[in-house]
Amino acid sequence: MTICENNVAKIEIICKEFNYDKGELINVLHKTQTTFGYLPEEVQQIVAQNLNTSLAHVYGVVSFYSFFTMTPKGKFPINICTGTACYVRGAEKVLNEFKTLLKIKVGETTKDDKFSLSNLRCVGACGLAPVVLVGEKVYGRVTLDGVQKILDDYNES
Amino acid sequence: MDTINIKIDNKNFQVAEGTTILEAAKSVGVNIPTLCYMHLHHLNTTHKPTGCRMCVVEVAGRKNLVPACATECLPGMEIKNQSIRVLNSRKTVLELILSDHPTDCLICAKNGDCDLQSMAQEMGIRHLHYQGEQSHYIKDRSPAIKRDMDKCIGCGRCLTMCNDVQTVGALSAINRGFMSVVAPAFQMNLEESVCTYCGQCVAVCPTAALTEIDHTKTVIRHLADPSKTVIVQTAPAVRVALGEEFGYDPGTIVTGKMTAALKDLGFDYVFDTDFAADLTIMEEATELLDRLTRHLNGDTTVKLPLLTSCCPGWVSFFEHHFPDMKDIPSTARSPQQMFGSIAKTYLADKLGIKRKDMIVVSIMPCLAKKYECSRDEFATDGNPDVDFVLSTRELARLIKQAGIDFKSLEHADFDKPMGESSGAAVIFGSTGGVIEAAVRTAYEVFTNQKLHKVDFEQLRGMDWIRESTIDFNGTPIKIGIAHGLGNARKLLEEIREGKSLYHAIEIMACPGGCIGGGGQPLLHGDSNILLARQKAIYAEDKGKMIRKSHENPSVKKLYEEFLGSPMSKKAHELLHTQYFDKSNPMKITKD
Ligand code: SF4
Ligand code: SF4
Ligand code: SF4
Ligand code: FES
Repeated sequence: MTICENNVAKIEIICKEFNYDKGELINVLHKTQTTFGYLPEEVQQIVAQNLNTSLAHVYGVVSFYSFFTMTPKGKFPINICTGTACYVRGAEKVLNEFKTLLKIKVGETTKDDKFSLSNLRCVGACGLAPVVLVGEKVYGRVTLDGVQKILDDYNES
Repeated sequence: MDTINIKIDNKNFQVAEGTTILEAAKSVGVNIPTLCYMHLHHLNTTHKPTGCRMCVVEVAGRKNLVPACATECLPGMEIKNQSIRVLNSRKTVLELILSDHPTDCLICAKNGDCDLQSMAQEMGIRHLHYQGEQSHYIKDRSPAIKRDMDKCIGCGRCLTMCNDVQTVGALSAINRGFMSVVAPAFQMNLEESVCTYCGQCVAVCPTAALTEIDHTKTVIRHLADPSKTVIVQTAPAVRVALGEEFGYDPGTIVTGKMTAALKDLGFDYVFDTDFAADLTIMEEATELLDRLTRHLNGDTTVKLPLLTSCCPGWVSFFEHHFPDMKDIPSTARSPQQMFGSIAKTYLADKLGIKRKDMIVVSIMPCLAKKYECSRDEFATDGNPDVDFVLSTRELARLIKQAGIDFKSLEHADFDKPMGESSGAAVIFGSTGGVIEAAVRTAYEVFTNQKLHKVDFEQLRGMDWIRESTIDFNGTPIKIGIAHGLGNARKLLEEIREGKSLYHAIEIMACPGGCIGGGGQPLLHGDSNILLARQKAIYAEDKGKMIRKSHENPSVKKLYEEFLGSPMSKKAHELLHTQYFDKSNPMKITKD
C-alpha cells in the first residue's frame, strides 16, 4: 500500500487546522473526505498517527457514520432517498432496479468508475418522492422504467 | 464516612453516602444482577456503559426503572429490587439479549464459566420467547486468541481493558445497529492488528466471544505418541492460582499437587520455568551491570534505563508503539524461551534424543506466550523451541478431563536438572518480582559483598507505578516498576522526552504481573483474589532454601558444562534475541 508524500502532507495540514485534537476526529475525517473523495485505509492510518489515536478508533468512527465511505465514488454518484416519504412511494424498488442494472451493491462503484450507488435519508423534496440524485441533479417521481432513462443520460455523455 | 438511610424491598439499611444503588446494595448484602458493569478495584477502573439494563430497579417517585449501576443512592430512597415489574423487566431484557445469541452452551468453550449462562440460570430462563436474526461473523483465530463475535453481547468491557487500561487500541466498536460489533481496524484479524495478546480482554469478556486458542487436544495427542519425549515447564504464577479451579481458596499454593498431576498426565519430565527465570536473571543482571559500569565510567553511548524483556505482551507493545526505543530493553529472552532453547540443545544432548523427537510444553498464566513461542526467531529449521503453551485454565481442564482427583494427589517434586530454582525466580510471577530478583544478584556481583537482607519490600505492592533507590554500597541505583501497559506507556514517554531518571525499569503487561495474566482462572471482578495470589508468591519465595538466582546449583552447572559465562557467544546465540519495528500495520510506503 502506498501513499504519496504530497497526500500525507495534505492530511497533516488538515489535522493541524484542528490542533491535532482527537476530539475533532469527525471534523478531520469530514474535511479529509472532501479532499480525497473517500477515506481509504492508508489515509485513515495517517489521520490516526497525526491525532495520536488508534487506527481501530478511526475506523470505528468511519464505519459508524454512513456519510463516510472507504470506496471512491464514481464519476456520477447516484443517491437514492430512502426517507419515509420516498420509501412509501417505492424507493426500495427503484434502488433495486439501479442495483440490477449497474450490477453493484449500495456503497459500491462500477468497474468503469462511472457510477456509484448510495442511499441517503430525506433530502427535503418529499413532494417529488421517490427522489434520486445524480451528483447535484435531482430527479423526482422516478418510476422503474425511469431508471434506465436516467442512466442513459450519462451513458451518452 | 457519612451514611444515609435507605430502604430496599421494605427493609431499612444504612449505606455510605455518594455511592450508586448497586454499590450500596452490595455493601449490605443485597445482590443486584449486572452484565455490562465491571468494577476492578485493583485497577481503580469502573466500566458502566449502562448498556445491558439487567440491573434495573424501581425507585419510589420515579416513573421509569433506573439502572442501579449508574444511579446515585440518595437519602430516604425507597428501592424495589424484587418487585414483579423489576423481575419481568430483567427477564425480558435477558431474553432479548439471548434472542440472537447462539444456544450451544453444551459445547461452548465458556461452559460453566460464562456470566451470560449463569444469568440465564439465575433468572430461570426455560423458554426463548423471541427468535431474532442470528449474526454470522467470521471466526478470527490468532496464535493466542479466538474471536467469535456471534457470542458478543456488546458490553464493551474488552474496550475498556484494551483502550483505557492497556492503551493498546487494538479494538473498537464498529458499524451500527444490528451490525455493530467489536473489532480491530478494517475488521482485520487480531494477528494483523496492534494486539499484544496480553489477554486482558479475554479475562473480562463475560461470554465466549473472546477465548484462548485451546491446545489441550494437541498436547494429549503428543502425550500418547511413544516416539516423542514430552517435557513440561510451569511458570511461577500458575502454582498460586491453579488451585482456584479445584475449589481451593485463592492464594493456596499447589506446587506439589500440580507437579503430581502433570506426572499423572504422562509428561516424561516435569520441569520448572523458574529454573529458566534464574537463568534470565544471570543474563539480565549481567547486561544491566555491563551498561551501568560503562555509564558510570562516563560512556555516553550507553542506553539506560535498561528495561526488562521477559513479558512478551510488553515486547509486542513497544514493537508496535515505541519502535524508536527498541534498543533499550534487555536483549535477554523470556524465561519460557530460554527454557525451550536450553531444553532442545543441552537437555536433548544429555538425554540422548533428537530435537525433533522432543516436545516442549509450557503451562503459563499468559496468552501472549502462545504467540511468543510461534515467533520465527525462536525456531531452528522450522522446529520451535517451545511447541505448545497451555494456560492455567487449560491445564485445569486437562486435569479434569483425565479424571484426576486433584485434591487427593500426593505432593511430587520437579525433576532435575531443569526443575531446580531459587526464590528469586518464584517472584517473577508478581509485579516487582523480576527487578527484585535482578537486584539480589546484581548487588552481590557489583559490590562483591554478600546481601544479607534479600527482601526488598519497597519494590513490592500493587501501586501502578513504583520507584525506589537501592544503595549498591554507595552507588544509588534507581529502579522503576510499572504494570499494565497504560502505565508502561507513561514511563516510556518520560524516556522518550529524556526525562527518565531510572537505571532499570521492570514492565509487566498485565495488571498485577503474571498473577493477573490473561490465562489465569477468571477473577469475575474480585480483586481480592489477585492480592491473595500475590501474597502466596512471596510466601513461596520465603520458603525456599536458595533465594538468589546465581546460587542455583543447576544453573551454575549449566554455565560450567555448556554456556561458559553469562553473555558469552553461546549464551547470546541461545538466550538473547532482537526486536522489530511493527509500527506500520497497514504496511504503507510513502513515495
Ligand atoms: S489481548 Fe490485550 S492488546 Fe489484544 S485486544 Fe485484548 S486487551 Fe487488546
Ligand atoms: S467481546 Fe466480550 S467483552 Fe467485548 S463487548 Fe463482546 S461480550 Fe463484551
Ligand atoms: S505480564 Fe505475564 S501473563 Fe501478562 S503478558 Fe506479560 S508475561 Fe504474560
Ligand atoms: S449492569 Fe447496569 S446497565 Fe448493565
